[in-house]
Amino acid sequence: MWKQPAPANSSFNDYNTFPLPQTQRGQSSHAHGPVGHTQQPLVTGTSVLGLKFDKGVMIAADNLASYGSLARFRDIQRLHPLGKHTLLGVAGDMSDFQWLKKELDALLREEDALALSDSHPSLSPKNIYELLSNLFYARRSKMNPVWNAVLVGGWDKVKEESFLAYVDLLGTTYTAPTLATGFGAHLAQPLLREAFEAKAGINGDGPLLTQEEAEKVLDDSMKVLFYRDARSINKYQIATITAEGVSISDSKSSDTYWKFAEGLRGYGAQTQ
Amino acid sequence: MFRNSYDSDNTTFSPQGKLFQVEYALEAVKQGSAAIGLRSKTHAVLLTLKRSTGELATYQKKLIRIDDHVGVAIAGLTSDARVLSNFMRQQAMRSRMTYGRAIPVGRIVQSIADRAQTNTQEYGKRPYGVGFLVIGQDETGPHLYEFSPSGTAFEYYAHSIGARSQSAKTYLETNFASFENATLAELINHGLSALHDTLQQDKHLSLANTSIAIIGPSDGEIEDLNHSSAAKRGNFRVWENDGVNNLLRAWRRSRGENEDGPQEEEDKPKPEAEAETAQSAEGSEQAPPGAPAAGEDVTMEE
Repeated sequence: MWKQPAPANSSFNDYNTFPLPQTQRGQSSHAHGPVGHTQQPLVTGTSVLGLKFDKGVMIAADNLASYGSLARFRDIQRLHPLGKHTLLGVAGDMSDFQWLKKELDALLREEDALALSDSHPSLSPKNIYELLSNLFYARRSKMNPVWNAVLVGGWDKVKEESFLAYVDLLGTTYTAPTLATGFGAHLAQPLLREAFEAKAGINGDGPLLTQEEAEKVLDDSMKVLFYRDARSINKYQIATITAEGVSISDSKSSDTYWKFAEGLRGYGAQTQ
Repeated sequence: MFRNSYDSDNTTFSPQGKLFQVEYALEAVKQGSAAIGLRSKTHAVLLTLKRSTGELATYQKKLIRIDDHVGVAIAGLTSDARVLSNFMRQQAMRSRMTYGRAIPVGRIVQSIADRAQTNTQEYGKRPYGVGFLVIGQDETGPHLYEFSPSGTAFEYYAHSIGARSQSAKTYLETNFASFENATLAELINHGLSALHDTLQQDKHLSLANTSIAIIGPSDGEIEDLNHSSAAKRGNFRVWENDGVNNLLRAWRRSRGENEDGPQEEEDKPKPEAEAETAQSAEGSEQAPPGAPAAGEDVTMEE
């Protein structure tokens, strides 16, 4: 999913599996020693889904951080609230995500401190998104990308409307009432759109999904992703951002059906 | 050579607990011509008295646009003001570029106050010799701040700085209760009255020496919207020269004075003009609201 055109001496194989450890050579031109750039993601999170509904926006992501194809960390949270009305759902490199959290939390803490004296409203979801897209594009331009794809969900208190937008490691930005990163863009986005457009129409001017309907669509999509995305896990959280603020659900699982596998060789442990 | 032994170094306290260099910097602000600022629930305005160095010189500009939503009036050393206002412009643009947000007014003022403060604490530096009145509007409404070279920034309902500003302050203090709910026209009239009080006996407010900056929704009755898209949007705009004509006339009218302003003795040949074409002479003199005036949007001169 994060595959780049592989150079001949690639330390990363075509199946995006275990990144082979390799010392970097021939890059020590810098006077103070070699400059370290993120050239490949190591511990990664897979798809993030986003969906607008009538009272706000929902973002879903599973709890897995993979090390190559290994399901290495099975209880990490990829949804990160920023202030009262913004939330990030992050796919891609989890160490870059941790760095991003640290930086943005520091920024918001500073904003909160300033607000103590001037009571100015904190950064809106739009403001945070603008910052992120500038940051991602600046870093990719330094050949040192922040290796993530991020969904920013939020509630704009001034306009009284929900906010949902995408930005990734290339600084690519776009916005839509339904969004998905990575595999989700292929597997879940069509399902999200279908459900969204069934009520709102293709122009999105009809009624939006209710909270219950939106959650159902996300549950179904997360199940499909678990079935078909080998880097996913059946344990995920859904964040809901409304005028009231951000709430992140406990981890939950889909009911899955494996009966068909019983008669198939190659599925599960072989007993014979 | 020095007035006292604590003059040479701005970072050393006198036994009386004073930093003389800072106090001298505050004196520099008082040497500058007066600037007045006042604020209502909806608007913030600045009024300044421009000075010229001589008969052949232009009047020195006192109002500087920082961004659509912030502007300053200066009193003191113009060159120091340029350094600080350029810094403010950078801060304003930085905020717009990185966050897509207009910088909150209080924060941009605090940023220059912080800069000024370090000048009072570091050896080998000198305080800025300029004071600002800053108006702006942000998500919390219109604001008026004073910045002073000592490194302070305070918010006010109304304030004045510069030469003879105490007279203006007296006027503002007796009238400020009515500012909050005042219309733009009323607010400007109060400001002009306060500015008038800073003048010497034989001097008057005129098109040449008065300049006014406004932030907040425009008023077509007194502002020439055809020449200012900033006014139409409620952004920071400066009215001076011909552009201030309507504002000055409205003010004189409100005081029951002659709208044309104080007439000089030689200014007698008025009846001739009246006899010529009564209506055209009158019509052109008393330009109706919104009549073309060579007012500019904003002043962007360096």
